[in-house]
Amino acid sequence: MFPYYLDLALRSFKRNVALTVLMVFAIAFGVGASMTTLTVLHVLSTDPIPGKSHQLYFVQLEPRKALGARPNSEPLEQMTYADSQALLRAGKADRQAMMTGGNAAIEPQRSDLKPFFLRGRWTTVDFFAMFRVPFVAGGAWTAEDDTRNSRVIVISRDVAEKVFGSVDVVGKTIRVEGNDMRITGVIDSWRPAPHFYDLNFDTYSEGDQLFAPFSTSRDLKLSHSGSMDCWEETPDSEVLGAPCVWLQFWVELDSKAKADSYRTFLTSYSEEQKRAGRFEREPNVRLRDVTEWLEFKEVVPRDVRLQTWVSLGFLLVCLINTVGLLLTKFLRRSVEIGVRRALGASKRSIFFQLLVESSMIGLAGGILGLILAWLGLWAVRHQPTQYAALAELDLPMLAMTFLLAVFTSLLAGLLPAWRGCQVTPAIQLKSL
Amino acid sequence: MHFFPILATLRRHRTTALLIVLEIALTCAIVCNALFLIGDRLARMDRPSGLVEDELLRIRLTGIGTKADDKAVTVQDLAALRAIPGVKFVADTNMVPFGGSSWNSGISTIPDDPNGNSAGIYMGSQDLVETLGVQLIAGRDFTPEEYVEDARGTAPVPSIIITRAIADRLFPGKSAVGQKVYVTGKEPQTIVGVIEQIARPNDTRAGVDLAGFSVILPILLPYTMGGNYLLRVEPSRRTDALAAVDAVLNKVDPNRIILDRQTFEEVRKDHFKADRAMAYLLTGVSLALLIITAFGVVGLASFWVRQRTRQIGVRRALGATRGDILRYFQLENLILTTAGIIVGMALAYAINLWLMQKYQVPRLSAVFLPAGALLLWLLGQVAVFGPAMRASAIPPAIATRTV
Repeated sequence: MFPYYLDLALRSFKRNVALTVLMVFAIAFGVGASMTTLTVLHVLSTDPIPGKSHQLYFVQLEPRKALGARPNSEPLEQMTYADSQALLRAGKADRQAMMTGGNAAIEPQRSDLKPFFLRGRWTTVDFFAMFRVPFVAGGAWTAEDDTRNSRVIVISRDVAEKVFGSVDVVGKTIRVEGNDMRITGVIDSWRPAPHFYDLNFDTYSEGDQLFAPFSTSRDLKLSHSGSMDCWEETPDSEVLGAPCVWLQFWVELDSKAKADSYRTFLTSYSEEQKRAGRFEREPNVRLRDVTEWLEFKEVVPRDVRLQTWVSLGFLLVCLINTVGLLLTKFLRRSVEIGVRRALGASKRSIFFQLLVESSMIGLAGGILGLILAWLGLWAVRHQPTQYAALAELDLPMLAMTFLLAVFTSLLAGLLPAWRGCQVTPAIQLKSL
Repeated sequence: MHFFPILATLRRHRTTALLIVLEIALTCAIVCNALFLIGDRLARMDRPSGLVEDELLRIRLTGIGTKADDKAVTVQDLAALRAIPGVKFVADTNMVPFGGSSWNSGISTIPDDPNGNSAGIYMGSQDLVETLGVQLIAGRDFTPEEYVEDARGTAPVPSIIITRAIADRLFPGKSAVGQKVYVTGKEPQTIVGVIEQIARPNDTRAGVDLAGFSVILPILLPYTMGGNYLLRVEPSRRTDALAAVDAVLNKVDPNRIILDRQTFEEVRKDHFKADRAMAYLLTGVSLALLIITAFGVVGLASFWVRQRTRQIGVRRALGATRGDILRYFQLENLILTTAGIIVGMALAYAINLWLMQKYQVPRLSAVFLPAGALLLWLLGQVAVFGPAMRASAIPPAIATRTV
């Protein structure tokens, strides 16, 4: 019977072309807008380091003076130089890395290329293994480089290609802020989104291009960028012992038990520091894994969530609009339905006939909606937002769009079809 | 008039009538909230900076490597920039309103106050106040002797200029000039001047309350620390001046990187781009909603007109004028829209409450409710007019034919 129903539906569409187009477009716009915003929400809230997001932990301590302490307050969100170094030396975790963001000028030794400024990360050697940074050539520097303040550097593929025209540059030197530094490795394009390990600059912007040992960055006075919080006046906020937090400290712990014992370690470290007079407040530590940290920092922009709700509201209105129009349309055909019932069609077959008709509208709307979502994402990619480049329709979202379209069409068709098949044939025939 | 017959008719089309009421209600609720949010964003984007925005150019630059001579170069840079035709004042500064990155410190009338409010700290070279074009409402600008070299807390800073917002908070009802505040160092600063306003570089977490909390300190910074040069230029010569900047700075010292050269309008535009995008999006969605709803009303009314052709014919034959038929459909629409609006108002309020809780959106201002209602009444009437006219054109003779 299906081809016959299709034929009936097509005839019905032809009778009311404008209305059919209106219904299809209403669903298409609703689905398109919802899928665009849902996709953006989806790419912004995906796990930036799948498989390890529950093994990497962000460490927070409370090093401030007693003055101004409030009960149940959140400890500072970054670490002091002294505490980072102490925890690094203690080495109680499977892996640990201290780090800060920075900027550095690169001077290519070429006449055709002017100096340029890049975002860098001054960190310690475990960084690369902890965050699974992919190398195309060479590798990380060694633990000795960290302690010896070696002039070594890891650069991104983009920088290697820009300055040397190839990625085969391990062992060569590159001029950074007036210092010659030996390249130990070149990393492939690596852009965790959000770049969870340091949320002090635009959360979804492109990642770091240069990586150098933290100790070397102090030695060469490479600039620090990001946020810095000091609770006392100090002539130099970046020296060891300064009352300032400006570093991030991450640890890798591969089991819950290890995380618990690390937390205990942090508390006892705080107590020790308090006894020594360095800390004045009660031990107040946090150890959040990547997922918890991102949730705590509310990284997904509020506007993106708001946009998703707006577009879902829009879809709902489009849906109600279509349901209303279909219902009116079916009820207006009561006479026709009455005749078909009198000629022997069962309620069920009428129901299915009407459902085929309404589902076709929903399906057409859904497919058009998919095209609109694709266009919408194209528009998002051309917005001046930092996450623009991330707005791509991936396979799960494509499947979800399709499901949403089918679901929408069924939802739009069910009520009208059900009401339509309730027609009493006798009354309709009498009115003829 | 036709009120009760219409209600009786609507009762026969209960589901359809309910659906259209629901659609109007949702549209009303969403559009009311969207209009309100658009207004909120526009107000944010229009936030005053306190500066002479149409005269300002901003250069952002950085040195390469450690520069021992950066103080001297800064002085030379400023002199060279001042010599560009059309330039009235130049200054270097550590930050600019709406520029993003900020320097902040607590401000209080007592030392080491843990409850001191955070304020944005502007510092820079001598002509900063003149360059920014901020309006002094009391006291004076810094004198050349008051400027100190940056030594972070070790050298006492003698004086400070604060905004009216801080003066009103710390010294309500009295003159702030001559009072002392603690901002930097162990010694307090004496307030020498009060300016109307200078916006902070970014939104503070503390909210709108502290948006006007900024101070200017007479601390000289080399360009390697401050990172910004500001030029106050005759508006008509801004383009030429901006084009000349690179050459002028490179002549002083070529071994640097100029990161940005922007008019202040561009700084502002960049800072509020997310708000602008949101306002556009909400406008687009609201328009689309209104259009869809209007088409929904047209579609429904057209169906009902065709469905009731015979009744209309009978009524016309029994003496109803064309005007009566027209008004019947208009009134029917008015009833449906009104019902939708009433439900929509409640819904709009509920949505706003939810948004307030979840997204820190301010409370929906009451004017948006009547505005939304009026919009939907108008929309309904415009949408129904076509079908209603068609209905009124049905000749009485139709009553004598079968449909």
